[in-house]
Amino acid sequence: MAYEILDHEADAGVRGIGGTLDEAFAEAARGMFSLMADLAQVQERGEVTIDIRADTLEGLLVAWLGELLRERDVRGMLFSRFEVRIGQDEGGWWLEGRAWGELIAPRHRLGVEVKAATYAGLRVERRGEAYIAQCVVDL
Amino acid sequence: MELKKIDDFVWEIPKAGEMRVPGWIFVSERLLRPLLSGKGEGEGEGGGREWNALVQVRNVACLPGIVTASIAMPDVHPGYGFPIGGVGAFDPDEGVVAMGGVGFDINCGVRVLATPLARSDIEGRKEEVADALFAHVPAGLGSEGKIRLTLEGVDEVLEKGAVFALHRGYGLPEDLEYIEENGRMEGADPAAVSKRAKEREFRQIGTLGSGNHYLEVQYVEEIADGEAAQAYGLEEDQILIAIHCGSRGLGHQIGQDSLPELERASRKYGIPIRERELVCAPIRSPEGEKYLAAVFAGINCAFANRQVIAHLVREALAPLFSLPPGKIRTLYDVGHNNVKFERHGVDGEEVRLLVHRKGSTRAFGPGRRENPERYRTVGHPIFVGGTMGTASYILRGTEVGMEKAFGSGVHGAGRAMSRAKAKKRWRGEELVRDLAKQGIVVRAHSYAGAAEEAPGAYKDVDLVVEAAVGAGLNALVAKVRPLVCIKG
Repeated sequence: MAYEILDHEADAGVRGIGGTLDEAFAEAARGMFSLMADLAQVQERGEVTIDIRADTLEGLLVAWLGELLRERDVRGMLFSRFEVRIGQDEGGWWLEGRAWGELIAPRHRLGVEVKAATYAGLRVERRGEAYIAQCVVDL
Repeated sequence: MELKKIDDFVWEIPKAGEMRVPGWIFVSERLLRPLLSGKGEGEGEGGGREWNALVQVRNVACLPGIVTASIAMPDVHPGYGFPIGGVGAFDPDEGVVAMGGVGFDINCGVRVLATPLARSDIEGRKEEVADALFAHVPAGLGSEGKIRLTLEGVDEVLEKGAVFALHRGYGLPEDLEYIEENGRMEGADPAAVSKRAKEREFRQIGTLGSGNHYLEVQYVEEIADGEAAQAYGLEEDQILIAIHCGSRGLGHQIGQDSLPELERASRKYGIPIRERELVCAPIRSPEGEKYLAAVFAGINCAFANRQVIAHLVREALAPLFSLPPGKIRTLYDVGHNNVKFERHGVDGEEVRLLVHRKGSTRAFGPGRRENPERYRTVGHPIFVGGTMGTASYILRGTEVGMEKAFGSGVHGAGRAMSRAKAKKRWRGEELVRDLAKQGIVVRAHSYAGAAEEAPGAYKDVDLVVEAAVGAGLNALVAKVRPLVCIKG
């Protein structure tokens, strides 16, 4: 399990890599929050749960990352650990996620605020033994 | 894709294939070069699909109801759906509203305040001014505004824009005349904005944000157009304050909410999706109407934010210079991520159009009744942001710009280097020290963020201005330079 930050002319791409789709989505979230803070400094003092649906698996990734940004703003928190469960039913794709973190503080060595997750560079797929989940985020 | 040189500052993508209109790119040869070297439509570095700015100009030209041309301003670079610097005007009956033509930071824009101070008043006190502004204007990731809102309060923001802030005691009544749309966008419907979006504004109103947003104390280095400068009340060495920010999380959430909704609408109405960020809906459809009502509300949110921040700047400076708030006036406030109904001449006839400007400001020329009375004979000012270390420019709207580009203008330098590369190349602390040696005092909430915004990571703003003025779209009024810069 790992994340990568992809080069982009004006913004940045985040790529989560995992043995399962669930892990790849969790790692993509870590990648996105790594742009905003030093994750090692963000302790697990609080938890949020996220429940979302989307028409497509790719749309689900954008919705998941977007929802975490919303939680950041509404709660004033940064997150450093994530757990995700993804599934599909007749209504499309669903995701149940949990994120752990704490209130934003200068000691987190803050970076730039991510504004939104976008459909640009969006890709969710199996690559060999691993799954990747990636998109460009607007900074 | 064919590219035809029309003159030194205009290139055309002739109408071909599914294009409904040609593409017009207002760039010099030097500005065109990086556009050609970018990737075409296809696999990007990250493995996902990427588009270059010229392909995006062409894609916009294919949208239903587009009028005259798909336009790219001199600071054009790749964006999401529309290029940054993209302008597209649509017939209100046949046309579409596209999310890519607005982006996530709805009504991101610049407010410039004109002070009665001269450079000599500030020079010896830059550190003090920087500290006061840094302490008083909330900025950076996680910063909270001084106002707390409830859902009802946010609805009022969305309905009334800058007028909301004024009612709460932020700013001066005379500010409104010098804000695009007088600070209050008509047609905004808070009911079109999700509760999820509104919650993001509870603590964020009156915050600057981060990234390329800034608060800058500048001095007028050079005046190029005496008549316009007089109308604007500008003099050499005068101190100005520039505020660059947008609609914060609420605006971003409108975008995030709208992406899947407009994707479904594109399919429903049979509009081919050429890029997933170029989703849209007919203007005359429930989906299109809802998105527009939400965007108009987002525009108001940004007007309110800048109105609050302008007040905070006045509060911070008042005790330092014994300045009553009324002595710091709003020169102008204009957005560069907007979509609005406007009247324009097309083939000799005045028509109502829906004009998208993504990374382009409105730049209405002389005579337009939307301009404040004081600016009516010269057109309204627009602000072209440089970087922390370089000049910014004040330009104005022109008749040529009205004819050729629906009264639009350039908005900034545009990035030349990715944030990741900039962060590797510069260290925030060193950069701040180097700028201090050049006489520019920087206060940053994030050193990493400051490194990403290094002047060397941006294109040369002088070239952008040269092309805008060379093409006749905008006219040069004044060049300004930074003295103090606050970064989020």
